[in-house]
Amino acid sequence: MATAVKDDTTRKAGKSRARTRLGGDSSIYVTIFVALIAVGLTLGPILFLGLGGFRTNGQIASDPTGLPDPWVWENYRNILTGSTFWEFTLNSAIISIATTAGVVLFGTMAAYPLARYSFRGREGVFLMFTAGLMFPLTVAIFPLFLLLQDLGLGGMWGLIIPQIAFALPVTVIIMRPFLAALPDELEEASFMDGLTRVGFFFRMVIPLARPGMVTVGVLAFLGSWNAYLLPLVMLTGRDAPTTLPLGVTQFQGQNAANFAGIMAYTFLAMIPALVFFLMMEKRIVDGLSGAVKG
Amino acid sequence: MTALEASGTGTGPATDAKASVAGSTPVTPAAFNPRRDRRRKWFEIAIFVGPALLIFLVFVIFPMIMAARYSLYKWDSRQPFELAEFIGFDNYTRALMGGTDPETKEIFWKAYAEPFWNAVGNNAQIIALSMLIQLPIAMIIALVLNRKFPGRSSVRLIIFAPYVLSEVVAGLMWLMLLDPRGPVTEMLAAIGISDPAGGWLEDPQAGFWTFFFIVSWKYIGLAIILFLAGLSGVPPELQEAASIDGASWWQVQWRINIPLIGPTVRVWAFLSIIGSIQLFDMAWVLNKGGSTGQYSTIATLMVDIGTQRNDGGYASALAIIMFIFSMVAAITYMTLVMRRDNGARAGKGA
Repeated sequence: MATAVKDDTTRKAGKSRARTRLGGDSSIYVTIFVALIAVGLTLGPILFLGLGGFRTNGQIASDPTGLPDPWVWENYRNILTGSTFWEFTLNSAIISIATTAGVVLFGTMAAYPLARYSFRGREGVFLMFTAGLMFPLTVAIFPLFLLLQDLGLGGMWGLIIPQIAFALPVTVIIMRPFLAALPDELEEASFMDGLTRVGFFFRMVIPLARPGMVTVGVLAFLGSWNAYLLPLVMLTGRDAPTTLPLGVTQFQGQNAANFAGIMAYTFLAMIPALVFFLMMEKRIVDGLSGAVKG
Repeated sequence: MTALEASGTGTGPATDAKASVAGSTPVTPAAFNPRRDRRRKWFEIAIFVGPALLIFLVFVIFPMIMAARYSLYKWDSRQPFELAEFIGFDNYTRALMGGTDPETKEIFWKAYAEPFWNAVGNNAQIIALSMLIQLPIAMIIALVLNRKFPGRSSVRLIIFAPYVLSEVVAGLMWLMLLDPRGPVTEMLAAIGISDPAGGWLEDPQAGFWTFFFIVSWKYIGLAIILFLAGLSGVPPELQEAASIDGASWWQVQWRINIPLIGPTVRVWAFLSIIGSIQLFDMAWVLNKGGSTGQYSTIATLMVDIGTQRNDGGYASALAIIMFIFSMVAAITYMTLVMRRDNGARAGKGA
C-alpha cells in the first residue's frame, strides 16, 4: 500500500518534471545556444582587445582580425615595466579604498540613529539623504570644482571627499532598513548588561551589520574606481592625481598611432576591476538587487 | 567664506523638514535621569549623524544650490564670479528657443538651442531605445537562461562582467575595435557589412546607433542579472501548475513569469532612464559626443561648454535642466510605480 502510494507520487513528480521541461529536452539546446551567443558577444571584444595587445602595429595593419603571429610581449612589457601604469593603479586604489572606508563608516553611523533612535526631525534628515539620489555628481560638477578650489582641497582629498558625499545617500538608504531590522530584544539585553547606545553600536551593530556594510562598500568602491568626470575636471584645475581611467585616456591621447599599445593598455586597465568582480561577484549582484528591492 | 554661507543655506530645508515631522512623539527608552538622558541622546545623534550630514550638505547640497544660482548669470568662468552679470532666465531661454530677443534669435538658435535640442534628442532616443530594444532582448535572454544548464553560473558571471568595467575602458575598447582599420570593422566587412562612409562612430547617421550599441553592450548585463534575480523569486509551483494544465513555455513566461517580475522590470527601467539622462563618460571618451554631435548628450554638451567655452552660466543652466529631467523621472517613478508595487505588497499582507 505504502509503496503503491510512493510509486504513484514519484510517477507524478516524474511526469510533472517532464512537463516542465516541455518542449523538453531539445529546449536545453536553445538555452545553451543563447548562452553561447551572449557569452561570445560579451567576451569576444575583450579577447580581441587582449590579443591585439600581443601583436605589433604592423601585424594589425596588414591583417586586423588575425591572431598574434608571432606573439609579441613588448607592448605589455613596456607598460608593466614603466612606472605610470602602476602609479595610476595605486592612485586609483588609494582613492577608492579611502572613499569606501569613508562611505561605509559615515553612512553606517548616520543610518544608526535614523534607524534606531526616535527624535524630532528624523524623517526630515532621512528624506534629505533620499533626495540626494537625484543630485548626481555630473549636475554639480562645476560648483563642486570651484568649492574645492576655494577650500583648497586638492590632491587625493579633492577626489575622496566629494565621492564620499555623493555615495552617502544610497548608503544611508540601504543601511537604514538593515539596521532597523536588528531585533529590539538584542538592544534591550545589551542595555540591561550596562552597554550604552554608543557601546551597542560598536559592539553589536557593526559586527551584525557587516553583510550590509560589505554590500554598500563594494558599490562605493566600484563607483570610485570607475569614476571619470570628477578626476577629469580636477586634473584640469590643480595637480590632482591621475587615476587609472584618466591614465588610459592620457596614454591613448599621447600614443594615438600606437594601436597595439593602446589595446594592451586598455586591456590591462580592465583587469583590476574584473579581478575585483570575480572576488565580489555575489556581493555586487546582491547589492544591486538589494538596492533595487530596498 | 562661501562654504560657511553654504552650509547655512543648506540647513534650511532640513530645519523645515524637522518642524514638519515634529508630530511624531519621541520615545526615550530606559530613562533614569530624563533631562541628562535627553541631552546625552541628542549629543549621540549629533556624533553619529553629524559627519555624514556635514559632508553631504557642503559637497552635495551647496554645489547644487550654487549651480542654480550660477545659471542665472552671464559668467565667463575664467573670471571671478563677482564680475558676472545677472541675466535672469536668459540662459534657459537660449537653450530652449534661442533667447527672447528677435534680433539675436537666429544666431542664438544656431549657437545654443540647436546643440541643446540635438543632445536632448539623443538622450531621449537612448531612453526610448533602451525600452524598445534592450528590455525585450534582456528579457528573452533572462527567460531562456532561467533554468539549470551546464555552466550556468559561469555564463551569468560573464554576461554581467561588462557592467563592472568603467565606461572609459569599455568605450576605448570599442573605439579601437571599431576604428576604420580596427578588427571588428574588418570582420564585419568580411561578412558583407561594410562600415558607413564616416566610419562606425563618426558617421553622422550611423554614429548614434554604434554608440547605442556600445552602451547596450556595457549595460544589458545589469538588466539580465536583475531579471534573473527577479525570476528566481517566482515560486516554481506556479510554473509547474501552469504547465501541468497544459500551458506552453511561452504562455508560462507571458502569463506568470513576466507579470511577476514586473516590479524588477520597473526598477530597472527607472535606473536605466536616470542613467540615460546623465550619460557622460562613454560619450566623452569616444570623441566628446562625436565630431558632429551625433551622440552628444546634455552632460557632454555641458562639460564642453563649461571647459571649452568657459560659459559658466550656460553650463550651469544645462546642469539644472538635466537635474530637472532626473527629478521629473524620479518623482513620476515614485508616485506611479512605488505606490502600485507597495500597494500590491501590502495587499499580500506582508
